[in-house]
Amino acid sequence: MAKVLMKGNEALGEAAIRAGCRFFFGYPITPQSELPHYLAKRLPEVGGVFLQAESEVAAINMVYGAAGAGARVMTSSSSPGVSLKMEGISYIAGAELPCVIVNMQRGGPGLGSIQPGQADYFQAVKGGGHGDYRLLVLAPASIQEMVDLMGLAFALADKYRNPVMILGDGTLGQMMEPVEFPEMLDPEKLPQKPWAAQGAKGREPNIINSLYLNPLELEDHNLKLQAKYTQMAAEETRSESYYTDDADIVLVGYGSSARVCKAAVDQARQQGIKAGLFRPITLFPFPKAEIQAACRQAKAVLTVEMSMGQLVEDVRYNLEFRVPVHFYGRAGGMVPTTRAVVSKITELVQEGGRSA
Amino acid sequence: MLQEIILAGFGGQGVMSMGQLLAYAGMEENKQVSWIPSYGPEMRGGTANCSVTLSDTPVSSPLIDEPDTLFVLNRPSLEKFEGSVKPGGLLLLNSSLVKVEPQRTDLRVLKLPVDNLAQEKFGNSRVANMILVGAFVAVTGAVSLDSVVGALKKVLPEHRHKLIPLNRQALELGVELAQS
Repeated sequence: MAKVLMKGNEALGEAAIRAGCRFFFGYPITPQSELPHYLAKRLPEVGGVFLQAESEVAAINMVYGAAGAGARVMTSSSSPGVSLKMEGISYIAGAELPCVIVNMQRGGPGLGSIQPGQADYFQAVKGGGHGDYRLLVLAPASIQEMVDLMGLAFALADKYRNPVMILGDGTLGQMMEPVEFPEMLDPEKLPQKPWAAQGAKGREPNIINSLYLNPLELEDHNLKLQAKYTQMAAEETRSESYYTDDADIVLVGYGSSARVCKAAVDQARQQGIKAGLFRPITLFPFPKAEIQAACRQAKAVLTVEMSMGQLVEDVRYNLEFRVPVHFYGRAGGMVPTTRAVVSKITELVQEGGRSA
Repeated sequence: MLQEIILAGFGGQGVMSMGQLLAYAGMEENKQVSWIPSYGPEMRGGTANCSVTLSDTPVSSPLIDEPDTLFVLNRPSLEKFEGSVKPGGLLLLNSSLVKVEPQRTDLRVLKLPVDNLAQEKFGNSRVANMILVGAFVAVTGAVSLDSVVGALKKVLPEHRHKLIPLNRQALELGVELAQS
């Protein structure tokens, strides 16, 4: 199929359909509204269901229901809307159901702004809702990667019976890039889900629930969930290393911030500075071995994000505090500029990579 | 080749479509491209802008802080973006609406009264933006005129394809004016 120029939000919608998703429940919010807008038109064309719910809370509980019935189902929102969905996400994780949740982050906290942000990192990777659960979090940095990761998101959600989040931001949602789509998956040919509540005629009923009144049983359930997260860490980490082999200064960023970092690395290299970029693609599980390899000979690491410092905590933790990790962030909808990142790199070089 | 462009004007002057047109034209030539709009309440009747990158290599960042080329269709856009253009960069100015002189002396400036020209030559002020795109093509050679004309089919919805010849004439006028 030939490449088409498409907005990130719309490309995600088409990618979901190609991945066999036939159910979408959501509620509009800038800067992701083009996604439900696209699916409102496109899902009925393929015999799917698009439903604009009365609220985000209703939408996520519809996702809970559809996932329990074994459907490939998705919802999307942006920061404040995702906060509203958190209770339902915890239930879905507790009930071990697969689904895909898209968050096109905007500036926060509160209603914040409608401009791009990355301040929902903690919410996405550390829990967000209540209880010991994790989402598998994928962070694309281009429109093509958004499309590629959408197929993976549904596959991983089914593999682990766990909600998967695609963590984007307003920039990725709004920008256009050429993109190529995979062939359409036939939803009928997807693996069966024998655990789903699809009618119990002739067999024991399947129960979809997250309530365990017996504490011992609930502890066992928690141990089972943890084992799943450990398996994810062993099997699912993904990342990109760009010019890190000989880098004195390694930048770390995800999503659209990583694009700015890449441009900054290019400019720094032109000035003769050995800079590189490490980009986690899975934010949970965090690519620990990969970041350690990428930073093996770095004198300093610089984390760049559109927040006041969230990813940077995982970078320090996963590098086991062996390398000085610096931070540069913008917030509230402001986006880091290439020039500002280059000047941070130059400062670090002048300081010999030591902590300021 | 790396050409980073910011296009800015009032909502309704067609800056978003101009940007998309250049991005599609780049795609026609197998270039790497990106397009990113400003979005938000400022677009209603206020200023609107988008950033376009055309490149032979993968686009590192679609966010542009120092454009090679700036399209200015109204005065607030000149004030907002003039300072950001790379030294020696290109400034394309709609002098029908921008009556002040640019402050920068290190830019290549091309002033064209495109609103008036579009009205006088074609009786349709809506193709004013195409004259500027034509001038851009002639000055930079970043994409060919043929690619831009080809890209019109992608940007204009099908029921507007009858306007392609008019847009083409406006593009050609821009090329001519830039060369003279």
